[in-house]
Amino acid sequence: MDTEAESRLSDQTIWLIAVRDQRDRASFVRLFEFYAPRLRSMLARSNCTGAAADDIIQDAMLKVWHKAEQFDPGRATASAWVYRIARNCHIDVIRRTSRPIPEALKVEEPPDHDAASQITLNQEAQKLRQALDSLSADQREVIVQAYMGDLSHSEISDNTGLPLGTIKSRIRLALEKLRHEMKDLRSQ
Amino acid sequence: MNDITHHIPPRLIRAYASGSLPKSFSLVVAAHVSMCDECRARLEAEEFAGGAVLDTLAPASSDNYELLARTLAALDTPPLAEPQTHGAAGIYPAPIMQALKGRPPRWRPLGGGIRQTILDSDSEGSVRLLYIPPGSAVPDHGHNGLELTLVLQGSFHDETGSFGVGDVEVADADLDHTPMAGEGMPCICLAATDARLRFHSFVPRLLQPIFRI
Repeated sequence: MDTEAESRLSDQTIWLIAVRDQRDRASFVRLFEFYAPRLRSMLARSNCTGAAADDIIQDAMLKVWHKAEQFDPGRATASAWVYRIARNCHIDVIRRTSRPIPEALKVEEPPDHDAASQITLNQEAQKLRQALDSLSADQREVIVQAYMGDLSHSEISDNTGLPLGTIKSRIRLALEKLRHEMKDLRSQ
Repeated sequence: MNDITHHIPPRLIRAYASGSLPKSFSLVVAAHVSMCDECRARLEAEEFAGGAVLDTLAPASSDNYELLARTLAALDTPPLAEPQTHGAAGIYPAPIMQALKGRPPRWRPLGGGIRQTILDSDSEGSVRLLYIPPGSAVPDHGHNGLELTLVLQGSFHDETGSFGVGDVEVADADLDHTPMAGEGMPCICLAATDARLRFHSFVPRLLQPIFRI
């Protein structure tokens, strides 16, 4: 990817790509320094603190290192990907069993690194961030509760008011593209 | 796969993404997402938002230096072998095969040709596979909480509409319905509840504790 395109991705996504492609430890340290304190805040909201939180953070960050080749910046930001991994680690610990997860799309080859779709997705991330920043403290707390809640039932409506529609259609396009590539691979 | 018309509501996909959905429903969401790109995109969009919220959380102030050293020291240790995973087989997507531990369902008769296999049952709720012969009705029932039903083979219809392969019916406590399997193939579905079903007719109510419905 050229440097101009790279400059339009988030720092975290660039670090994660460096971990994925170069197994770059310095970038891993940066990811750790960014995510560990935030994951600790996320876990604390579910009353998970101290050594228990340490174990989940370590487990999640090791998965980030070992599973980096699965990261597809055309479908997720680094933060979305880390959020999913950390949630799965946490729930597996709580339930002492693996959480049901969707079947992965079978990709015979690593996803094609389409810079344009990565950039548009990252632009959506910025818009989402702006939408979050523009909320009042009360509104923001409702959203934080919905995504970081204490793993108990919370009354959430279908519509959070967050601009997820465009993001969803972009991810949908990325999935369609992947399905086409899979079909092409099979017919070769 | 393009024919799915009844999807998982966004609030349930969000609850799955954030980990607040009970285990029984999580299996239905994971199975449906395996079959439905529309909901897979919705799930990834919800995780996208989750990531954005994570970015904005105030970092916890505790010192992570030791944890970082410990984590770096573990990078070169190969990860523990993942527990055995089971892929999709026949009409069952991977998450259901996982719940079946890779074996075909062991059907138990419920009467009237209806059969079930309980996949999981605990205080949070239960999830089972149901086998309904063509044209048969599942006894009239209401439920105390939420019920999600995902069709894996054949179809069923009830007062609210018809449901084919991949479709999910979301029924809340207010819905009294009589699902009826369509003609043709037997209807096989994955059904999850967060509370016991309550049957209206007397006999099934007596049988409830026995069959853990």
